[in-house]
Amino acid sequence: MSTLLSNPLWFATRACGTVALILLTLSVVIGITSAARYAPGRMGRFEIAAAHRNTSSLALVFLIVHILTAIADTYVPLGWISIVIPFASPYRTLWVGLGTVAFDLLLAVTLTSMVRLRLGLRRWKAVHYLAYAAWPVAIFHAAGTGTDTRLEPQLVLYVLCVGSVTAACWWRLHTAGPGHLAARVLAGLVAGALPVLLSVFLTSGPLAPGWSHRAAGPGPAGPPLAAVGALLSGGFR
Amino acid sequence: MNVPTGASQSARGPRSYADSMRTAPEATAQHREPARPHGPRLLAGWYESGRPAGLREHLDRYGSAPITGLTTDHRRSRLIHAVEQSGLTGRGGAAFPTARKLRAVSDGRGGAVVVANGMESEPASSKDRTLLALAPHLVLDGIVLAALAVGADQAHLCLPRTRPHLVDALREAAEERWNRRVDPIAIDVHGLPHHYVSSEETSLIGWLNGESAKPASVPPRPFERGVGKRPTLVDNVETLAHLALIARYGPAWFRSQGAPDAPGTTLVTLSGALADPGVFEVDLGTPLRDVIALGTLTQPAQAVLLGGFFGSWLTAEEAWALGYSAPGINAAGGGIGAGVIAVLPQGACGLVETARVLEYLAAQSAGQCGPCRFGLPAVARDLADLAHSRIDQDQARRLQERIGLLAGRGACKHPDGASRLAASALRVFAQDAQYHLHRGPCPAARSHAPVLPVPRPATIGEGDWR
Amino acid sequence: MSHTLTIDRIACTAHGLCAELLPEHIRLDEWGYPVIRPDPIPGHLLGHARRAVAACPVLALRVARAPRARTG
Repeated sequence: MSTLLSNPLWFATRACGTVALILLTLSVVIGITSAARYAPGRMGRFEIAAAHRNTSSLALVFLIVHILTAIADTYVPLGWISIVIPFASPYRTLWVGLGTVAFDLLLAVTLTSMVRLRLGLRRWKAVHYLAYAAWPVAIFHAAGTGTDTRLEPQLVLYVLCVGSVTAACWWRLHTAGPGHLAARVLAGLVAGALPVLLSVFLTSGPLAPGWSHRAAGPGPAGPPLAAVGALLSGGFR
Repeated sequence: MNVPTGASQSARGPRSYADSMRTAPEATAQHREPARPHGPRLLAGWYESGRPAGLREHLDRYGSAPITGLTTDHRRSRLIHAVEQSGLTGRGGAAFPTARKLRAVSDGRGGAVVVANGMESEPASSKDRTLLALAPHLVLDGIVLAALAVGADQAHLCLPRTRPHLVDALREAAEERWNRRVDPIAIDVHGLPHHYVSSEETSLIGWLNGESAKPASVPPRPFERGVGKRPTLVDNVETLAHLALIARYGPAWFRSQGAPDAPGTTLVTLSGALADPGVFEVDLGTPLRDVIALGTLTQPAQAVLLGGFFGSWLTAEEAWALGYSAPGINAAGGGIGAGVIAVLPQGACGLVETARVLEYLAAQSAGQCGPCRFGLPAVARDLADLAHSRIDQDQARRLQERIGLLAGRGACKHPDGASRLAASALRVFAQDAQYHLHRGPCPAARSHAPVLPVPRPATIGEGDWR
Repeated sequence: MSHTLTIDRIACTAHGLCAELLPEHIRLDEWGYPVIRPDPIPGHLLGHARRAVAACPVLALRVARAPRARTG
């Protein structure tokens, strides 16, 4: 309890980050399944569409609080520009950078959805598909830099999130048939690759000893990324 | 050049035209004079020489098209004004005032494009291919004049690729004119997929833009944004041929034949219970019974189909009371459409004929809009069931409802046309419908040979639209 | 100033949200495609109409300001 009171920002960052991830996962699952035209029983289709929009909005709110509390917390140096410029933070450059990437993508999805009538279906949809990239990036950001990654409840959460999205993808690919078999199988393999990659990453990374040390710097990208990061955060402070 | 087979069978030569006028049946009217043959205009060359007119013959007969100086705004608007004074309306089926279209395109932003529609996807119509075969240079003149009038630098002629001889002949004619410097702009001749809805103006534009020959949603309308996003004029080939003559002889000349509210002449395709079916040129306003008489009725008529497969049935009594003009026919609930006039004899079953047409129309849907993709085949099936007495009162009521839900619910007018035909059939053949419903199929339904020229319906593959 | 509902019939793929949100003006035919009343949208339904337009998953609906010939 004392740690909470002495580090309220840090706890807020972690809590909001986790909640944002859950809500984002929920929104993605709703989006995937509703695209397959599934409307359970007495629920209106407009309600499902509204649920997708509302969970996304709520996720974004928690995400913004997560970001703001992380920046405001001076314990780790992040720099304000890290909000939108990826790999600009000297602290855990790669893993925080992934968070920025996910936020940028979600920002693009949100802004285009707000003006989608003016954009037209094709352009709006093209940007919306970036959500398929934003979500796994967020997962890896959480796993790579999340303080609580090693805790069992958090691991269970990752399993549930990844499991539900993978299952939703497979279900949608299944209902999209028959026909286009090769494309659907390929997409199914890609979807199935994510849990595998995450497990491999977790066991060799955060769950293995010495991760904090390995994650501290620029990560696998090496010196070039660290240099860029230092330059950007130094130049804009 | 060989006489195209279509022309030799369907267009009238000089002697038989006059002959058929002399033998016009008086049974159709006791106290009138038989209609007098006025000079044909578009088909004048054919009547004179009995063969299609090449470039030399065309120039000898008509002189060159009045294109000199047609580059100033003043001269262009004078031509458009002349077309307006003449009262020329589209001969492709929509009967839109031609001058209004010309003006709308010429007012558009950017270089315009002219597209001549020679597709004639209506199976009951042969006037366009006959005109193209017999007087191609009138059509080509019209294209060039229209292009100059609207300030276009691109001109296209769209023809069905199922008629390769026609496509080749027109291509050669356009090339000959270009080589002899007759035309200031080159006319590109194209062969397109020949489906029913491929002759719709947005289908032509889609195909010319590199997509499928399927109708597109409007807005934007072609005169706003068409080929290459430029203002595009799409006109039927017969309309352009009339334009070519109006440019030479003026609106007063054009109005010297026809009726005050329906000026000029028009091409019609007569078919059905006739001894001499084919393509004729008639003055607008001519009593419909006299027009039909040109084809020589062989049996008493039961009903007449006007316009095309997208048109309407009229009873013989209604038809016999009409003058062949848009105002007259519209007032009776029909339309001139593509100039199709098909006569149903007493012994045939109008419901069976209509059911056959609806089956064809359903198979020809582009399948882009739900009401056409599902509603139209359902109506076709119900109508077939009615024609063959497989239906009960509830299903008959459902058929009426389904017909009512077709019009205005597609991107193009295909479901509208089908709905119009089906509704008019149920009205005109109401007694037959009652008979079929309660007593079984009529003898005609069982055994009469088909009257309307309905092609065998075949499914269209996705790749066949390009 | 009257408003009418216009629809891109090619884009429409019968999701049916519009009929859920504006049942006074839109109903679905037996295949799930919208049947739209051709008359103008009454003022008190305009907000609902705009919501229906925004909700369409394929952006097929629009509210047009002047009365148009093609609706329904």
